[in-house]
Amino acid sequence: MRQRNWRTEGFGRGITLFCAAILILITLSIVYFIASKGLSTFFLNGVSLTEFLTGTTWNPDADPGKFGALPFIMGSFLVTVGAALLAAPLGIGAAIFMVEIQPGWGQKILQPVVELLVGIPSVVYGFVGLSVIVPFLRNNVGGLGFSLLAGILVLTVMILPTVTSLSTDAIRRVPRDLKEASLALGATRWQTIWKIIILRSSLPGLLMAIIMGMARAFGEALAVQMVIGNTPLVPKSLLEPANTLTSAITLNMGNTIAGSAYNNALWSMGLLLLLMTFVFILLIRYVGRKGQM
Amino acid sequence: MNPKTTDRIATFVLYTIAFLIVSVLFGLLAYILYHGFQRIDLQFITSPPETMKAGGGIGPQLFNSLYLLVLTLIITIPLGLGGGIYLAEYAPKNKVTDAIRLSIEVLSSLPSIVVGLFGLMVFVNVMGWGFSILSGACALTVFNLPLLVRVVEESLRSVPREQKEASLAMGISHWTTIRKVLLPVALPGIITGTILASGRIFGEAAALLFTAGMSSPDLNFSDWSFTTPVSPLNPFRPAETLAVHIWKVNSEGLIPDARAVADGASAILVLTVLFFNLFARWFGRWIYKRLTAS
Amino acid sequence: MDSLQKNGLITEELNVYYGTNHAVKDINLTFPKHTVSALIGPSGCGKSTYLRSLNRMNDLVEGTRVTGKIWFEGHDINDQGEDLQQLRRRIGMVWQKPNPFFKSVYENVAFAPRYHGMKNLDEIVESCLRKAALWDEVKDRLKDSALALSGGQQQRLCIARTLALGPSVLLLDEPTSALDPISTAKIEELMFDLKKDYTIIMVTHNMQQAARISDQTAFFLLGELIEVDQTKRLFTNPKQKKTEDYITGRFG
Repeated sequence: MRQRNWRTEGFGRGITLFCAAILILITLSIVYFIASKGLSTFFLNGVSLTEFLTGTTWNPDADPGKFGALPFIMGSFLVTVGAALLAAPLGIGAAIFMVEIQPGWGQKILQPVVELLVGIPSVVYGFVGLSVIVPFLRNNVGGLGFSLLAGILVLTVMILPTVTSLSTDAIRRVPRDLKEASLALGATRWQTIWKIIILRSSLPGLLMAIIMGMARAFGEALAVQMVIGNTPLVPKSLLEPANTLTSAITLNMGNTIAGSAYNNALWSMGLLLLLMTFVFILLIRYVGRKGQM
Repeated sequence: MNPKTTDRIATFVLYTIAFLIVSVLFGLLAYILYHGFQRIDLQFITSPPETMKAGGGIGPQLFNSLYLLVLTLIITIPLGLGGGIYLAEYAPKNKVTDAIRLSIEVLSSLPSIVVGLFGLMVFVNVMGWGFSILSGACALTVFNLPLLVRVVEESLRSVPREQKEASLAMGISHWTTIRKVLLPVALPGIITGTILASGRIFGEAAALLFTAGMSSPDLNFSDWSFTTPVSPLNPFRPAETLAVHIWKVNSEGLIPDARAVADGASAILVLTVLFFNLFARWFGRWIYKRLTAS
Repeated sequence: MDSLQKNGLITEELNVYYGTNHAVKDINLTFPKHTVSALIGPSGCGKSTYLRSLNRMNDLVEGTRVTGKIWFEGHDINDQGEDLQQLRRRIGMVWQKPNPFFKSVYENVAFAPRYHGMKNLDEIVESCLRKAALWDEVKDRLKDSALALSGGQQQRLCIARTLALGPSVLLLDEPTSALDPISTAKIEELMFDLKKDYTIIMVTHNMQQAARISDQTAFFLLGELIEVDQTKRLFTNPKQKKTEDYITGRFG
């Protein structure tokens, strides 16, 4: 290679590698900063990890402060699982409808709307929840309206487009001839859908859609915070107010003094969120690998 | 149960689900737009918000959202192009490439509040930029960059292989081939993807609460210097965006018409996202026609 | 060295490996200057792989190893130190499917010469389009996108683009298999004109085409060179049984 070529080739490769390496740098510094702050609750402020993860009393301003974050952890898991339980059948059902039952208007109307809704900002979902779901629950079901159920419903609507559009992709990947062979052998449409499409061919893809939806629900902050009521107690029913890790951070990060035990405890919650992100990624990779086999 | 009956029941259930979803989704859109349009007028879009009384607008917030978007794109587009080109054209199969891909996965699935915390610590405190547009733009970069890298990589990978071979077979260097042959073909995909990602940045709130801040100084829209504190363009001033404003008036606002202001602001957010979506689709088709037809 | 002067390109003991797959085996072939050589054989016989190693395009495919010598303009170009950018200016290539750049007709031809710092681009564009028998059809639409041309026109544009760098050897990989009969006839006619100035090596699966336009024909099977001879002789009086079976259509 001549000098000139070597220089431009090296330049191109070098500068693009630099850009790509920035991604690693950002990821590492996020892990480092969040972990160092989040762990100082336990190492600097002497809060016990067991208390943080299993304690149910949250009163950081008391003396000595109580740092039981279980209500937040429970709240986060409850809204996530609740939303997934509602959104999974609805989203997958809608995806089957769009691909198998009514591809005509299903694709022309439902799909663009779903794609548009994936992009709607989450505050808008929260605000609609605040002005529609909360008063509806208050007037028709009872309680304050601000409740675990309200959080679940808002998140359901929020992740429904994600689950639907990813499920649609998964079902679309099932080869046409597999379906036609099943129908030709005399199976009804539903048998074909259930046995061939759902159980055999696209199960990993559908699971992935649900996990992606759950990851989005677990990390959502503002939409949940606006409707869930924000009481640091483990809820005894769906209609009681609750709290999540994200809403605790949202509400209190600005009102606590940096470096205080209270503030550090919020960083610990951030660290928990970060760890859960890794769990979701591992799950997605695991399911994805299953799908290839 | 006999298979025929099951089939009928299943079909009925699927129709019900589809109908339910269509009505919820359309209801949601209709609700937002219907309520919003009752509040939106020129005065609402251009005037500053009130702190205690009714009748405030969202002018500065709208400007902040747009300015933040532009600043974020200025940072992310060059980096995203570089990263995407590396992954599509240079990356060998090794540990570094695996680490880059894992980073992309982590960054794009990180909860935005965590990104906000990171921004608070690094950009606001360590770098000392305070609650500012610059801090906000850097936080938004954290989750826009992986999206953009993916868009660029996928667009480059969808360029027919023969294009690259033809160029290399004429003795043109790989780097020039990328810039002059591959990128122009990939451009429509890159632009469409960038516009769609922009919609997401525009509506982001949680990552901005502790980076761009929850307030805006009284902007002087006749002062366009980059350094004065009341200039709209000063990147070191705090900037509350439209999405943050919706959250704030609802959770800690004191204005009596919080509901109406949030209605209007929500509708504008949704319309903007809608606009980004339609524009991206239209633009993709237009540029494809320009490239293929005479 | 006398044979190097007379001949455009010579390969000695050329082998190509894809990973563990030995795709091309010990090929010794000589391509005289100003002739058309056809490489024929059933698909998967290694003829395209062989062709692609002549301008080192196989370097782009990961896990490929090429051994042996390729003599061109007095030296072995299958050498580590070979300047590939200069080499590829001297040995041009045209693909099976027309693959013009997503640029204007003019730019398609002018792009590479400009990169290599050549002057008088307008003249180069016109003369190359004329040599490729395309000038009259496109002279009023040089600014139009090349993708708006017909398939046959696109393929001739690809040939013109290759000529623009002033090569001495043209490698053509089934250049007409994606085209209609009329466009095919035009390209064949063109090759007849071009061999006055260039050494042409063409892969084809169309035996009539090989018989019509080539001076020598080489028959490949399973990565081996079975027979090479003057085209007329090979088709009328093949020495090998396998060659005879193939050209009489007994397999393929």
